[in-house]
Amino acid sequence: MTAPARTLDVRRSRSGGLPGWFAANSSGNTATVIERGFKVIRNQNWIIIVSGFFEPVFYLLSMGLGLGALVGTVAGPGGAPISYAAFIAPALLATSAMNGAIYDSTWNVFFKLRFAKLYEGMLATSLGPFDVAAGEIFMALFRGFLYALGFMGVITAMGLVTSWWALAMVPVALLIALGFASLGMAITSYFSTFQQMDWINIALLPMFMFSSTLFPITVFPQAVQWFIMALPLWHGVELMRQLSVGHFEASTWVHLGYFLVMSVLGVAFTTRRLRSLFLR
Amino acid sequence: MPVIEARALTKTYGDVHAVDGIDFDVASGESFGLLGPNGAGKSTTMRMIGGTSLRTSGTLLVNGLDPETHGPEVRANLGVVPQTDNLDTELRARDNLIMYGRYFGLPYSYLRPKADELLAFAQLTEKAGEKVDNLSGGMKRRLTIARALVNEPTVLLLDEPTTGLDPQARHILWDRLFRLKEAGVTLIVTTHFMDEAEQLCDRLIVMDHGKIVAEGSPADLIRRFSTREVLELRFGSERNAELVDDLRHYADSLEPLPDRLLLYTEDGEAALARVRADGHTPMTTLVRRSSLEDVFLRLTGRSLID
Repeated sequence: MTAPARTLDVRRSRSGGLPGWFAANSSGNTATVIERGFKVIRNQNWIIIVSGFFEPVFYLLSMGLGLGALVGTVAGPGGAPISYAAFIAPALLATSAMNGAIYDSTWNVFFKLRFAKLYEGMLATSLGPFDVAAGEIFMALFRGFLYALGFMGVITAMGLVTSWWALAMVPVALLIALGFASLGMAITSYFSTFQQMDWINIALLPMFMFSSTLFPITVFPQAVQWFIMALPLWHGVELMRQLSVGHFEASTWVHLGYFLVMSVLGVAFTTRRLRSLFLR
Repeated sequence: MPVIEARALTKTYGDVHAVDGIDFDVASGESFGLLGPNGAGKSTTMRMIGGTSLRTSGTLLVNGLDPETHGPEVRANLGVVPQTDNLDTELRARDNLIMYGRYFGLPYSYLRPKADELLAFAQLTEKAGEKVDNLSGGMKRRLTIARALVNEPTVLLLDEPTTGLDPQARHILWDRLFRLKEAGVTLIVTTHFMDEAEQLCDRLIVMDHGKIVAEGSPADLIRRFSTREVLELRFGSERNAELVDDLRHYADSLEPLPDRLLLYTEDGEAALARVRADGHTPMTTLVRRSSLEDVFLRLTGRSLID
């Protein structure tokens, strides 16, 4: 057995490379990070992949049907009465998009960075920090897309959607996921211990409980309402709820705009923190 | 043009000077060693070469490019074997090689036969479809090295390549690395094993506390900083220290270690005969050739693995 033969052509003399910032942070091979993601999904146990899909379904069944039997109908967007299950279903979709994106961009990134050392291996190749981050965010969004599609199927089968506009809930779920994922990855760059990572969960749980997910925020004093309305999940919930019945107001644009701005800022923030996150 | 050119290369973490202003060049095809105890700054230097650690100051060129501003382009020619294996445990052995090659932007038509060739090189052909977690430590190490070769690097960075391997696995690895060296690959090896440095390196720098304390070929360093032979004497841990002054004049110099005394001399057997003739009765004795371990001990007053 001799040393491996040389068969690779002089691909090395790639003239000049990419300009400026990209030359330092990207090889243009982002797609191969995504390729790995799909390969792993193919090899993985399907149970693991679909497990994330069941969480909102269980909530919907227990709260929507169980609690819903006590509550009856509530006022939906625009004031038309809808069933309690139909009231919380869009909120659960928004929450599930948030949870999935946060999990993938924080805990998952943290684990692969510090323990599995997956990114260390990737960054020893031509890949740059940008390629790894963009590829991983794409995979997080793809997973969110699968879950959103599945959940849409469930609520449609349960007769909880009454408008064609509900189809738009799937791309909007992706926008919500992008906003949270991009922000989550930037925040992860500041953390180095599991204890710090726990803070993320401490912030998310109350946001889920109080962002008009399970009941309208009008039950709170005005000051608390303003605080909740400043947080992202409330906008996601309201936007989804309006889409589910096809009722739009001026606030629809505010909710949509909120996530567009959040995504742009999140991507910019993560981009700025890339080298701190991946390079020591 | 040197493959690697470092000038006043410095990396600080807070108040800690991990690498403290070092200069070195590595020529093409050379086997270059970074030697030193844990924490000497070897791995940090390696990471800066690969552009995954950002330097605090100084300049560094790899194939004429700065790895900090041209990381992807620099790494296209590098093979990196990290200190601890970071194989992709979610992929099988052969897929690890192929996927890694994909990260370099290489096509499947090139990677499929290359992966098989590298598996054979690493003696892992039968393990192609195995999960990474089911491989032994030596196999994982060889797979990591095979993975680092998938892009046919001109420079191979090996961070403690044989730490944690049994003697047989180490010799297999050294053999593989020697073949690469013969094929013209520039090897950069960090190690705290002296025998490894003597086996693999044409030239090396000895690092301690982030600084270079000596530079040269293994034979050259031994000649400059040690004697031809070493006489090791053990009198028991109680008495070793007491006898330092009595025994000093039998050798060019003497290094006391907690468990033994090292007498540096051109002729170990002759020195031992004189020690015995004068009525000293060591519990055990050993005459051996000087090694890089002795060089390090002489340079820093400390042993390498402490």
